[in-house]
Amino acid sequence: MVSQACTSELLFSGSDWNFAKLSRVYEEIESLGLEELGLDIYPVQMEVISSEQMLDAYSSLGMPLMYRHWSFGKRFLYDELLYRKGARGLAYEMVINSNPCIVYLMEENTMALQALVTAHAALGHNHFFKNNHLFRQWTDAGGILSYLDFAKSYIARCEERHGVTPVEAILDSAHALMEQGVFRYRRPPKLSSEQQREGLHERLEYEERSFNDLWRTLPPSPGKSKQDATDQILAERKKSLKLPEENLLYFLEKNSLVLEPWQREIIRIVRIIAQYFYPQRQTQVMNEGCATFVHYTLMNTLFDRCRISEGAMLEMLRNHSNVIFQPAYDDPRYSGINPYALGLDMMQDIRRISTAPTAEDRDWFPDIAGRGDWRDTLLDAWANHRDESFVRQYLSPALIRKWRLFMLADNADEPHYEVASIHNERGYAKIRSALAQSYDVGASRPDIQVIDVDLLGDRRLRLQHTVKNGLMLEGGSRDATLRHIRNLWGYEVSMVAVDAETGAMLGERSTKEV
Amino acid sequence: MPIFIDRRLNPKDKSLGNRQRFLRRAREELKRSIRDKVRAGGIAELDREHVVPIPRKGTGEPSFGDDKESGRRQHILPGNRTFSSGDLIPKPGGGGGYGSAAGTTESEDDFRFVLSREEVLDLFFEDLELPDLVKLNLKQVLSFKPRRAGFAASGAPTNINVGRTMRNSHGRRIALRRPKQAELDAIARQIAELEAKPASALVRERIAALREALDRLERRRKRIAYVDPVDIRFNRFDPQPLPNANAVMFCLMDVSGSMGEREKDLAKRFFVLLHLFLTRRYERTDIVFIRHTHLAKEVDEHTFFYHTESGGTVVSTALEEMHRIIEQRYPVAEWNIYAAQASDGDNFAGDSERCIELLDRKLMRLCQYFAYVEIIDERESHIFGATENGTSLWRAYNAIDGKWPNFQMRRIAAPADIYPVFRQLFARQPGLRKSA
Repeated sequence: MVSQACTSELLFSGSDWNFAKLSRVYEEIESLGLEELGLDIYPVQMEVISSEQMLDAYSSLGMPLMYRHWSFGKRFLYDELLYRKGARGLAYEMVINSNPCIVYLMEENTMALQALVTAHAALGHNHFFKNNHLFRQWTDAGGILSYLDFAKSYIARCEERHGVTPVEAILDSAHALMEQGVFRYRRPPKLSSEQQREGLHERLEYEERSFNDLWRTLPPSPGKSKQDATDQILAERKKSLKLPEENLLYFLEKNSLVLEPWQREIIRIVRIIAQYFYPQRQTQVMNEGCATFVHYTLMNTLFDRCRISEGAMLEMLRNHSNVIFQPAYDDPRYSGINPYALGLDMMQDIRRISTAPTAEDRDWFPDIAGRGDWRDTLLDAWANHRDESFVRQYLSPALIRKWRLFMLADNADEPHYEVASIHNERGYAKIRSALAQSYDVGASRPDIQVIDVDLLGDRRLRLQHTVKNGLMLEGGSRDATLRHIRNLWGYEVSMVAVDAETGAMLGERSTKEV
Repeated sequence: MPIFIDRRLNPKDKSLGNRQRFLRRAREELKRSIRDKVRAGGIAELDREHVVPIPRKGTGEPSFGDDKESGRRQHILPGNRTFSSGDLIPKPGGGGGYGSAAGTTESEDDFRFVLSREEVLDLFFEDLELPDLVKLNLKQVLSFKPRRAGFAASGAPTNINVGRTMRNSHGRRIALRRPKQAELDAIARQIAELEAKPASALVRERIAALREALDRLERRRKRIAYVDPVDIRFNRFDPQPLPNANAVMFCLMDVSGSMGEREKDLAKRFFVLLHLFLTRRYERTDIVFIRHTHLAKEVDEHTFFYHTESGGTVVSTALEEMHRIIEQRYPVAEWNIYAAQASDGDNFAGDSERCIELLDRKLMRLCQYFAYVEIIDERESHIFGATENGTSLWRAYNAIDGKWPNFQMRRIAAPADIYPVFRQLFARQPGLRKSA
């Protein structure tokens, strides 16, 4: 412990909190965060809630407002039960990506915990929400609360007008497709009329320049023309419907043959909420890592400046180490890689590489090793990466050794796992790439797209599941989900499974069979 | 400066609407759980909260997901101690996939949650197809009347007891020697008198002393409030249950071999409904179980429902036993006597006449209400629908039915048939328990 003479005054003492203390601590932490780490945050709105309200928030996807649905009731029962049994504690805080950034504080927390939570959520998460490119691109922090308010009242009005059961049926079906209801890529922006004219002009010019009368004299091949004609019809149809389309909810919302306008609006609500949460799912490690790194750094700075007492610091450290606890794979407590632990370790590792690199680090990270500007490196990583690219870019051999990571190859046909790589020279790159791959949400969810629909014929909706690495869909839930798609589409729906590498058809399932 | 909002006082139970939707969704399965509870538990036990497993059927949330038993995957795990590349590790469980998969599904079965008393009754009533008015009546909790019971230091402003509060304030003012207005006035008067006199050094000194005294007293008066929060007393009210009479319920059942599981289950629900009705109407409800073959005996609830006994069937023995118990323990002046009898209708030849005699001469005079159900096979129900012929006991009881208005009888094949037996009982509500 530091034994220097402390002259500055403690920010708080004792374990009870009150609003004056909270406010004082927030101001101190905020100014420290801005000057020490260069954070950039939304204004903060802190809300003190009780444990029951925290449970309520759990069940509604962590949002302060949410429409009514039985599945939230079910989730509430599970959460409540786990909590009451003592099997699981509640989170100390919850933070919402909105502007102003809403932070929930639990009333049971001690003052030390409230300070920790303030640094973690109001600074760390807040900075990440405001600066990470995924959130900037895909979520509208300023509008989400009013949108949810609209969604809630709209669905309540629909329930009043059309009855609870029909609304529930639509919501059930839409929820089943939430995973398939997000855009992963932006569409190209619409051209202005001037740009369009210019494009047309360029194309004409090109045609004029490359005109050759010879092509006109070629005789049409008789065998191919019929094939060509059907191909062309198909291609035109696909073009008019913008197929293939991987956002099933979007496709159904726009093109379903049986839905009423209010039903389309409900699908749209579910789709927009799914899209809102999509960045969060892609940035778990980074988001939690960023928040944990921020609270750990700020709390230590405050302690070094004698603004918090040793007792409070010990309490914070105890909670901190609970949060970043990572059991080994054979520990009964193991339940996957802890995003808090991985994120924090990687960010501290970046700081180490930046300030005290080894020869190996210089080899692996020539851009950042030894440059000493760890703050800028981290700010840049927080702004421009998601979990997948962050791991791919920054997971160092030193950290792989520290965690003793290894890779298991699991082939369902074989009776054993094979240890494919371990933490050695040959394994680093493979482990890093496989871990990055596992954080790619887009790649790890089944790839299902609408490929065709014959609107003039039998109106059958045709889906294609591209099978990667032989991963088939689980039969029971696949059939149930197909039934939901049928409800929304109104006519038969069929899905073919096609191998991604060979293109071989692996099977077809239609709603007529299920 | 962040904005702070204290949400702790916001309305709780935000997810109540979701809970109701969930219960509605899982209605059938929950109804089955409650039915099982009624079958396994005691008659008086229905009327409270129940813990039931979270229903699985109809509450699945499907989505496309990978089949655990196909394909090639790679897992990254921390904490390698002994492995090197190329090691083979046998998969646990032999069946492939994860060893814990079976365990998790089992533990999900253990998830249970609490249904409130209202929800339990709703589910139970729905099974019996009770009319809404009756449901409301049965769900009513015992009514209370507030009664004065001393004083309390906290309470609602409307309940302040002024007399008691002022007495406390008076005592405190005396104890703390709060200066009275009269004392102040006296000093002020003295000052005024002195000021009227010609000013001399002595007088000025005297005036200064008096002013100081006046000032001190005034400050003291300000510090010691006239009425302080510690003085305030509130009237305290105790909820007092409305006085109600006692009721005793006799459950009579034939337990000879011909009564199977289904018959007993229906009979039990018949008893539960009557018991619910009685607990609503009377503060204290006793239950007496009498079972009979060719001999009748008073038994406890468990024996009543779960022990079988072989023997013939002589119904009158049960009625005699009931009469004996009434005379011994339940004087008519103090107890409202209700009886519910369930049987499959068999009786020893010639005994039915004796039953009529017992009922007509003795029991019907003592009973508020006597309900008889005959449990028949569902296939027989359309044959026996409304015809007068039937088992010997049925034919005999028919005579009583006409003669005593408080006698009810009915054939039961399904749960929905139970309520009509009690229809008259519920219709006769003489408005005396229309409490808030």
